[in-house]
Amino acid sequence: MNAIPQVMAGGAIQAAPLLRVEGLTKSYGHVVGCRDVSFEIRPGEVLGIVGESGSGKTTVLNCISGRLPPSSGRIEFDTSRFGLSDIYGLSEPDRRRMQREEWGFVHQNPRDGLRMRASGGANVAEPLMNLGNRHYGKMRQATIEWLERVELDTRRIDDKPRHFSGGMQQRIQVARNLIHGPRLVFMDEPTGGLDVSVQARLLDLLRELVRDLGLAVIIVTHDMAVARLMADRLMVMKGGHVVETGLTDQVLDDPQHPYSQLLVSSVLQI
Amino acid sequence: MSSGSNKPERYYNYAYLDEQTKRMIRRAILKALAIPGYQVPFGSREMPVPYGWGTGGIQLTAAIIGPSDVYKCIDQGADDTTNAVSIRRFFAQVADVAVTEDTGEATIIQTRHRIPEKPLKEGQVLVFQVPQPEPLRGLEPRETETRAMHAYEEYGLQYVSLYESVAAYGRIASTVGYPTMIEERYLMSPSPIPKFDNPKMGDNEAILLFGAGREKRIYAVPPYTRVRSLDFEDYPFETQTWEENCALCGAEGSYLDEVILDDAGERMFVCSDSHFCAERRAAGHVGSMADHALAHLEDDQPAVEPA
Repeated sequence: MNAIPQVMAGGAIQAAPLLRVEGLTKSYGHVVGCRDVSFEIRPGEVLGIVGESGSGKTTVLNCISGRLPPSSGRIEFDTSRFGLSDIYGLSEPDRRRMQREEWGFVHQNPRDGLRMRASGGANVAEPLMNLGNRHYGKMRQATIEWLERVELDTRRIDDKPRHFSGGMQQRIQVARNLIHGPRLVFMDEPTGGLDVSVQARLLDLLRELVRDLGLAVIIVTHDMAVARLMADRLMVMKGGHVVETGLTDQVLDDPQHPYSQLLVSSVLQI
Repeated sequence: MSSGSNKPERYYNYAYLDEQTKRMIRRAILKALAIPGYQVPFGSREMPVPYGWGTGGIQLTAAIIGPSDVYKCIDQGADDTTNAVSIRRFFAQVADVAVTEDTGEATIIQTRHRIPEKPLKEGQVLVFQVPQPEPLRGLEPRETETRAMHAYEEYGLQYVSLYESVAAYGRIASTVGYPTMIEERYLMSPSPIPKFDNPKMGDNEAILLFGAGREKRIYAVPPYTRVRSLDFEDYPFETQTWEENCALCGAEGSYLDEVILDDAGERMFVCSDSHFCAERRAAGHVGSMADHALAHLEDDQPAVEPA
């Protein structure tokens, strides 16, 4: 919760934006994916994107993570090599390098984010090799440290991902996406396919890691509990539009838009 | 074997392939030589042997061979294996070339699995038969992605296979098709030659051509090109070594095959390069089992038929 109070207190922007999205529109033929989405995220900030299925959350995430060119609008990222620049204006090798070095992407299904043929340890170490690390011993050590951080049994470092449970696979994916020290991590329903108790532990872990590392995170979820626990700020989407934005507690405790009210009230209470 | 390619009874065009196809392959070869290690796509043809039996190498040879060439063909280093004998006979028939077992005498050497022990010279061409030209394929199944990785020099992924090997065996245990960097630019799979032969590719005087028929790719290492085998800083590249010398010719430091002699654990290690071994024995070198019955079999049956 570092960046938000600063902005709110003086109105003066103290940290330069890490990612700036302006008028992002994506249509699939005549079907609208998302329309006129604009927001900024600063270093260390966690932004949640919530909304029902088909509301355009994933379209926004894919566009801003450089995986799906938008129909119109600008997506600017504060790259370490070129400064704040339009990610689709960069050449393809530069964009791929930026994605590799400065971003992480945690998929809902670990099978999409892991190399299932390589061992868990190799999966975690791969980003280091992509950055040019050529020392086996150092990479092995870093991998073991990260497996400990995500609370996995380090003796199982050389097991294939398919021999791990769903929750463990997701932990491997988290370690793989954080080991190279990214500045911005995208998460697409990171706790989606997991049972509730595993979900809670993974969320706890993610929250700790994000706070410790001061990461900026954009997390897409339809689960209000995940949003409440993880996000500093929320963006509520419906039908491709952003209908409400604000601090997480503000949006969840005092929703203004009728759809946000519906979304909050539809959470099951036990 | 009758010569005379203009006789009406000749059933095939010279060197089997039609002239347009040979031109197409030569263009691909020139491009491959211009960009060392880059995989050039080409229109691979149906050959009179199945894919996997060396169709890529045969097409390369057919495109570059002429009547004045001297042709040698080896399989696992040996001149007298079935595949090598058949392919050699094929070119003797369709290209009217002289054939030989002598590495030094040959102008075109087609090979699978080995680079001859005797250093190659300028003017020689070594043609490799390649089953899988893409070194990254085992880790990245998408061709679009591997092409982008080659284009942008993103070769971190290849180290994942080395990492796995060290994690499992405590050393880089892969022995064939060991990935190499060509002129510090393109990552290249040297076809299934043992890593023992990798150092021979660097700064070689001969032209090295690689053909993958099924995968429709041609690539090349031109003469005097830098070839580096990938490794880790703390696990450097090393080649295989043997405790024994060749049992027939006593050679040290040549690539040895293990031959099982009976079901009682009896075995011998012999040079895989049959011509290298024969030449040494003819020069009077004697190994520990030189008088073994197996050593004399091939003397009676020369692999190259007298013309």
